[in-house]
Amino acid sequence: MGITARNWREYPQRYRLEAAKCSQCGKVFFPPRLICNQCKSRKFETIKLPGEGTVKTFTVIRVAPTNFIDEVPYAIGIIELLEGFSTMMQIADCDPEKISIGMKVKLEFRKIQSDGEAGVIMYGYKAVPVSE
Amino acid sequence: MSRTVGIIGYGAYIPRNRIKVEEIAKIWGADAPSYKKGLMLREKSVPSPDQDTITMAVEAAKNALKRCTINPEEIGAIYVGSESHPYAVKPSGTVVAEAIGATPSIHCADFEFACKAGSEAMFVAHGLVKAGLIKYGLGIGADTSQGAPGDALEYSASAGAAAFIFGENDLLAEIEETYSFMTDTPDFWRREHQFYPQHAGRFTGETAYFKHSLSAAMGIMEKSGTKPDDFDFAVFHQPNGKFPLRVGKTLGFPKEKIETGWLVPTLGNTYSGASPLGLTAVLDAAKPGNRILMVSYGSGAGSDAFIFKCTDKLIEVQNNAKLTRDYLDKNQKYLDYGTYSKYRKKIIKNA
Ligand SMILES: [Zn+2]
Repeated sequence: MGITARNWREYPQRYRLEAAKCSQCGKVFFPPRLICNQCKSRKFETIKLPGEGTVKTFTVIRVAPTNFIDEVPYAIGIIELLEGFSTMMQIADCDPEKISIGMKVKLEFRKIQSDGEAGVIMYGYKAVPVSE
Repeated sequence: MSRTVGIIGYGAYIPRNRIKVEEIAKIWGADAPSYKKGLMLREKSVPSPDQDTITMAVEAAKNALKRCTINPEEIGAIYVGSESHPYAVKPSGTVVAEAIGATPSIHCADFEFACKAGSEAMFVAHGLVKAGLIKYGLGIGADTSQGAPGDALEYSASAGAAAFIFGENDLLAEIEETYSFMTDTPDFWRREHQFYPQHAGRFTGETAYFKHSLSAAMGIMEKSGTKPDDFDFAVFHQPNGKFPLRVGKTLGFPKEKIETGWLVPTLGNTYSGASPLGLTAVLDAAKPGNRILMVSYGSGAGSDAFIFKCTDKLIEVQNNAKLTRDYLDKNQKYLDYGTYSKYRKKIIKNA
């Protein structure tokens, strides 16, 4: 049940891409933090990350953890969503050989994994090439 | 005097994977040209392994929100119609509502009625707005349906979603009339724990699809005092290419009025998404003042009919989200039968 509960607590980030923006210095945290590591402020505003970005770098997974073995080969990328802000996610729905740095992607709601055949399905965002 | 309500936002979603009729036919030793001719269908959409009714419903709902300027928290009801809800017990609508930021002051239910679950969701969502119980209502039709391997349904059962937000102000299309026609007709069913549906062969045509689609269409025209000439577009449920054209012809709608929302030749049958997706394609192309007839069909059996009249505002928002034809006609990825079987979990792994 641990994974199900943690997934539920992270809905604002996983389902709605809600990030915390430091009210004092403007640094963006995803997932949110309690204290800004740049200026020590504790004041944040909730912002929604944009649904498009670019691939900063990526790697192709060929030997995957159990829940993902049917998906190999698949790509995990660092996606720049805002100027100076990036986050890591799977790059889905494409041939990994065709991914390139600087490629434009949009974020789509997808199944990330499930807690076994009978368990809860965990959803979230993956990057999808705007056109391959 | 009852209030005027209508569509204030709409959106579609179609996965990029396709499989051609030839690719399925060659596995089963079937004659592709006769299937293509018989079904008037060349290929169908296939969901990726990480897509289901919920993920497609979220994407369609996000597109609907791009075509209006409402706060999602003001959506008072969400209904997702599907025959492929990912959970047997646990609603799809809760995930969709959470993902678009519409929780927690919202009524939610999942609907099922074979291929007309989507139009049911639309019917109830708009009805609650019309009754004044909620400010905005969201109705979605989405499916990732499957046909048994080698069955005729395997050539057509496909995936897609359409979402509609209903409200009272800033309408894109006013709902002028609604009508439903329903009888108990066992043409198609799936019992609990069965993976693939059963259908009663030819029984699915005359007494089921045609009788209900035609009766609903004639019923709504009689109720509203309209005739085919009063409509610019008509959208019927499209389990294959032929059926909707024949319904249209019987009623007196020329093919030109049906083609805009006739997606099935390259999309397949998206079940609960079928006539709703056809409607999104029509709304993408319609002009102010155009009148649209939509008639769904769900086995079991029944049809929901709607008459929409497009407003001046429609053309301002058509390009605010990805057009249905762009999902359908661009960036397709063609699968072989092996990859398709893996994606659709038709391969048994007895480890
Ligand atoms: Zn700071």
